[in-house]
Amino acid sequence: MLRPLHPVAPGTRTALGIAFFVLFVAFWAWITLGGHVNRIFLADPLSMLKDGWRLLVEDRFWLDILITIWRVFGGFVLASIFAVPIGIAMGAWKPVEAFLEPFVSFARYLPASAFIPLLILWAGIGELEKLLVIFVGSVFQIILIVAVKVGSTRRDLVEAAYTLGATDNGIVKRVIMPANAPEIAETLRLVLGWAWTYVIVAELIGSSSGIGYMIINSQSRLATGQIIFGIIVIGLIGLLSDFAFKALNRWLYPWSLA
Amino acid sequence: MSKLLIERVSRTFAGVGGGQPVQALQPVDLAVAANDFITILGPSGCGKSTLLRIVAGLEAPSTGRVLLDGKAVTRPGPDRGMVFQSYTLFPWLTVAENIGFGLREQGRPERERNEIVASYIDLVGLRGFENHWPKQLSGGMQQRTAIARALANDPEILLLDEPFGALDNQTRGLMQELLLGIWERRKKTVLFVTHDIEEAIFMASRVIVMSARPGRIKSDVPVDLPHPRYYTLKTSPEFSALKAQLTEDVRIEAMRTAQTQSA
Repeated sequence: MLRPLHPVAPGTRTALGIAFFVLFVAFWAWITLGGHVNRIFLADPLSMLKDGWRLLVEDRFWLDILITIWRVFGGFVLASIFAVPIGIAMGAWKPVEAFLEPFVSFARYLPASAFIPLLILWAGIGELEKLLVIFVGSVFQIILIVAVKVGSTRRDLVEAAYTLGATDNGIVKRVIMPANAPEIAETLRLVLGWAWTYVIVAELIGSSSGIGYMIINSQSRLATGQIIFGIIVIGLIGLLSDFAFKALNRWLYPWSLA
Repeated sequence: MSKLLIERVSRTFAGVGGGQPVQALQPVDLAVAANDFITILGPSGCGKSTLLRIVAGLEAPSTGRVLLDGKAVTRPGPDRGMVFQSYTLFPWLTVAENIGFGLREQGRPERERNEIVASYIDLVGLRGFENHWPKQLSGGMQQRTAIARALANDPEILLLDEPFGALDNQTRGLMQELLLGIWERRKKTVLFVTHDIEEAIFMASRVIVMSARPGRIKSDVPVDLPHPRYYTLKTSPEFSALKAQLTEDVRIEAMRTAQTQSA
């Protein structure tokens, strides 16, 4: 009955997707409301929602949400501004790649979270430090992926452009860059997802605002409902920004989907 | 004076991983008169595409030189328009923008560009598709756009590397007539590489047959069939006689290729 690779009807697909969420929440409700786990360690779905509502209305949690969003996008935009041109330069000009690639490959494995103590020493515990954590976590990843994409630009397109009279400069600007623009945008969407992980780590240490700060703060008060609410908010914002990014890409690069 | 002169051009590729160097092309001499339609016919791997790419300036010859209007070819340029076998339209540009690409690279003013592009869209019969993306076109339409794109630069010579090789038989026949019709009306020097014997005869005023690898010119056959040519020509006795002769020539070379590969 289940044939490999056989497509599923759109309606069934949606229903199945929702069904898992329902099952998941039902299981959660069953172990918590049914008394199978200790309430101190895991809040039930209803008190999670109650805690979340109180956070938003009384504790002005939406300010924390806004500040976290600003940090993610600030650090991410900063990293992109540096990384995309460097990645394009590495992909297009092989001496630049030979010069930078070994270092970037090494730097990519340096864990951003391990930089936090150092960044606090350098930049304090203010906004700059949070932006730098995301910057360090994203910049090398973006450089490398963009360099690889640009380096694998279709050679026949480059050759065709040369036979049409394009200069070396014209090849970079009017072939290599537009040819890879959708893939670069797709890379940024991917890395933005990772940036959401870095921001929470940055906010868990030496912070006085943001979603991560609320979470670590709730831990000391055993407010597991708040922690779960915070995690779900991050997930939802991540999902929304992902949708927005996808829609933007579709609008900017209709030719890649036509 | 010849439009294009190929003098003792050969190509040897360096051996892979310290292996023996491979000669793809033995020294070739060829003189092409202005407004001639030359097809280069040979089995696959005979170096005919390599020769064309050297004329285009996309590859450097190991020996010899290529002269276009007396000037040596050193790199690709808009005076040698090229149509590739693979679909090389820029996917981020519309049909009209693709055709205008070369003109834009040369900094021609927009209004002039638009006029030229419109005339070539009519020439290849793509009116109504100006604003389509390449992905929305069939293979034949993409190659028509690629021909228009190469011609829009008004090159001194048009180079085609098995341009209809990926098309189905019926479409290929129509494309041959379209290209030949353009050549009959506008006159242009053309080098057309193919492994299809019928195509080579139908298009050409001169067929150059190449030997198996390492390639050299094996025979040089003038085609004195009258113009304008229609598909009905392909079933005429004169055409069949030429086809029989060339089939024999190419078959020997193809067998030679098969033997060296199995050896």
